[in-house]
Amino acid sequence: MDYDPTEIMAVCAARALKDGQVVFAGAGVPIIASLAAQKLHAPSLTILFEVGAVAPIVEIGRIPSSANESRSAYGSVMLPSTTETLLFCQRGFVDVGFLGGAQIDKYGNLNSSIIGSWDRPKVRMPGSGGANDIASCTNFLVVTWHEKKRFVEKVDFITSPGYLQGGDSRRAAGLVGGGPLQVITHLGILGFDPERKEMVLKAIHPGVDPQEARANTGWDLKVADDLVVTEPPTEEELDIFRRLDPERRFLKVK
Amino acid sequence: MKNWGMIDMETKSGRYTPSAVPWAEVNVKNKGMRDKRVSLKEATQLIEEGCHLAVGGIQYNRVPIAILRELIRAGKKGLTVSRALMSFEADFLLVSGVMKTAVTSWLSGAVTYGLSPIVRVYMESKRAKFEEWSNLAIGLRYMAGAMGIPCIPAKVILGSDIAKLVELKTLVCPYTGEQLALIPALNPDVAVIHAQRADQYGNVQIDGITAMDMDMAKAAKKVIVTAERIVPTEEIRRTPELTRIPFFCVDAVSEVPFGAFPYDCYGCYEPVHEHFREYYRGFETSKSPEENTRNYIEKYFIQTQNFEDYLELFGVSTIIKYSSLAKD
Repeated sequence: MDYDPTEIMAVCAARALKDGQVVFAGAGVPIIASLAAQKLHAPSLTILFEVGAVAPIVEIGRIPSSANESRSAYGSVMLPSTTETLLFCQRGFVDVGFLGGAQIDKYGNLNSSIIGSWDRPKVRMPGSGGANDIASCTNFLVVTWHEKKRFVEKVDFITSPGYLQGGDSRRAAGLVGGGPLQVITHLGILGFDPERKEMVLKAIHPGVDPQEARANTGWDLKVADDLVVTEPPTEEELDIFRRLDPERRFLKVK
Repeated sequence: MKNWGMIDMETKSGRYTPSAVPWAEVNVKNKGMRDKRVSLKEATQLIEEGCHLAVGGIQYNRVPIAILRELIRAGKKGLTVSRALMSFEADFLLVSGVMKTAVTSWLSGAVTYGLSPIVRVYMESKRAKFEEWSNLAIGLRYMAGAMGIPCIPAKVILGSDIAKLVELKTLVCPYTGEQLALIPALNPDVAVIHAQRADQYGNVQIDGITAMDMDMAKAAKKVIVTAERIVPTEEIRRTPELTRIPFFCVDAVSEVPFGAFPYDCYGCYEPVHEHFREYYRGFETSKSPEENTRNYIEKYFIQTQNFEDYLELFGVSTIIKYSSLAKD
């Protein structure tokens, strides 16, 4: 079955979510992937939106454009304050968070704040939102395009901490829980070396050459000895994503 | 001290205030249950140039646009404005000169709209300042302010460059020995909040999304509330469990139906995305980002004589359509 790179990223994101988990989802791919996971294999996956919504019911055709509007709150079992909701992450109740960013480095640190110098930014981006909180307190998934300009040796600004400078540095900074789990790109899936905490290419999507992933990474990307090929999206998976987002408002075609 | 260039580094010279000051500021107030109804213009007079203004709601939820419109019209300049996440209103506050410093975790429209061209122009040329915190850190700043304590420990921001940007102080926990971030309290001079209901004394009921407004109201020295409806106090007394802010926190109340239109107000109206998309399309055709935003400010805020006039620009059919969406 035909699919495009955005679709395989979204499918891999949905597959990473397990039944019984609590997922902290943001706008765009995370919402769609979480809803798809609920319909596919994780009926008791609980969605949390940063606005302050526990287990909202998101209807097809009324998917919120942001995690911060009434549509992300309808049907919830509880509407806590935004602060209380983010504190669920700090307390340990959240299994998985979703993050993106303009830059990611080999330790999974993310930048959504400043490109260029801090003093004279080339691009001033919108900033953390809840991203730093999610990165600080949860195990998180990153869904992003695999491009050399994004996959940089060192981010210009650490908005959201991954494994910081690698090794034990995340724990030493006082971040006891969480850290990046997987980086899902349109070329493959990356994990982290358990000791050095450096990104490693673990899976490659069907038809993609691992060298292509390496060529699109701004450092000497390690490839796992046991590199696997991603299972292609099934008809059922694609069908659900296409019903959730028929106009491709969220799973943007690139 | 290293100058990071983005914000004033006055940590040691009065950027933060000892908690005795905000304690005294609310303690001396007249806390009687008195009629606090005022016009929007009168409410705006509580907001002084250069003060710290906290804005209720979150992103495009419950943007108190009626009061912000008055603020822009009054030509108040040089304010520090804090909010959990900002949205399109940040553009208007920047270009009108109302906001000189933004204290927030998010400074742009919404995720699906991409970067705000105005934020880029103002921040990249250093015409305004962006003091970036995480969303939880903003919430904890209001919470500490509401608790009457000068700071609160947390497990966020640690290790990030946000910590360097805001000169975060840390503490080794005296009980467990672990590393903690110390998030400083924020006690805004004024908070403006749009709510679904309030009575004349300022007992405020917020439905659905409450964002950080309860903490914000308790932390602020003065609170202005605009409400979709001013209701009799008996109605509040029938459902006290829905009251989020008690009267003694509030200084001014103004009835403004559709006071957050075309933004989001739970149970009242959904956001008019078509309106914001049109505003963003304007960036593509205007000579400069500022021209587009200036035109918007002129059309919606300056040329309209009053808030009803402003609502007329959206038209009855749009208002009805988005109101019924919120009531489905």
